[in-house]
Parts: sequence; structure tokens; C-alpha cells
Amino acid sequence: MSIRTAIVRGAIDVAALLAEVASTANGATILFLGYVREMNDGRAVTGIEYSAYGEMAERELAAIASECAEQFGIAHLVAEHRLGALELGDVSIAIVAAHPHRAEAYEASRFVIEEVKRRLPIWKREGYADGASEWVNAGGVAHEQPAQEQQ
Amino acid sequence: MTVTALLFASYAEALGSDRVELTLAGNTTVRDVVERLRAMPGGSSLPASPLVAVNLTYAGADQRVESGDEVAIIPPVAGG
Repeated sequence: MSIRTAIVRGAIDVAALLAEVASTANGATILFLGYVREMNDGRAVTGIEYSAYGEMAERELAAIASECAEQFGIAHLVAEHRLGALELGDVSIAIVAAHPHRAEAYEASRFVIEEVKRRLPIWKREGYADGASEWVNAGGVAHEQPAQEQQ
Repeated sequence: MTVTALLFASYAEALGSDRVELTLAGNTTVRDVVERLRAMPGGSSLPASPLVAVNLTYAGADQRVESGDEVAIIPPVAGG
């Protein structure tokens, strides 16, 4: 069993993560990488500053991995989310899920990224080519939901 | 009693602080903490029912808050 998660500030070493889950028990390894991309909602992006409620983010990411392991029978999973100032092309999140069979590996990888999007207390401030910067998703009322529904 | 409210991202900018110590009467809920914050300068940009975590765990508006608790007001998350 090798399940590990981390919130990091430095560059994510993808090759090291792949090596970490390597096992002859597994017939499939799925690697998901999230990148800072150059366009969002029609605006030219120059970079993203990621911030977090650090202590809770670490706990939530660990909880997501634990739920994933239980739900899909995953014994080898590693996920890292990066914080700080990222440039175009930088990897913001890496998820590596390995399983004897591909179906579970794919499902586990998808589960982790969707749960991260739903509940990991991390925020990003996008910088744009015109010099402006904005919090992503901070739309206000449209995102207002009772906390209970987020469990 | 005293609780510590934590603010992040757009909410911290709106209130001009990422940490507010609040003195409250007993028998207080998450909703009361949010109302106090919304009454502060800049607080009107907080939604009436934001996501909240008490002591690192997501909590509903009716959850009781005890002295010394850390009540985090969570803006819409944008990880990944």
C-alpha cells in the first residue's frame, strides 16, 4: 500500500511520482497533470498565483486519496498540488493512480481530480496579458451554497 | 467567548484581513459568525451562506461554535 498526498511549493517531479507507484502488481498507471494554460474565458493568461488554507487542504487531499483507495481498491496512489506563483506550462497538480487493471486506474484518477475541484480549499488568482488579475470562480451569489451540500 | 475567523482569497481582500478575532455571546452558531463578519466594513461582499469549515472540517450554518474554535470562511474553491 502506497498512498501519499502533499501540498507543495516547488516544481512537481512527475518522474519521481511515477517511480513512487511502480509495482509489478499493477498492469495500469494513469498520470493526470493539470497545467497553467494560456487562455481562460477568452482572456490571455500570463500566470496563476495559487493559495490555500494549507492545513485543511493537506487534510482534504489526504481524505480524498483515502476515499479513492477504498472506493476503487487502489493500493498505489500519489497526488501533489502546487501553490505559489506558477507560469504558463507549469504543472499545478499531478495525480498518479496505479491498479492491476485499467478501468479502476482511470476511475480513481478521475475521482481524485473531480473531488479536488469540488472541495480542496485552494484558490487561484489569474494574471492576464493586459496587466489585470482576478480571483478565479469568485463570482459571488452563483457559487453560494449551503455547506451541507458540499460534504 | 472568542473565536478566530479565517478569511481567504477574495474574502480576505474584501475585509482587508485574513484573520479576525471575534468576541461573541455563548450559544453561537456558524451563521452568527458569518453575520458578524458580514456586518464589518467590506463584509457585505460575503455571501449569506458561504462554505465554512470549523476546526478544519466543513460545517453547516447551524453548527455550534465553541470558544477557541477556528472558523474559516471558504470562498468558491478553484484548485486543480
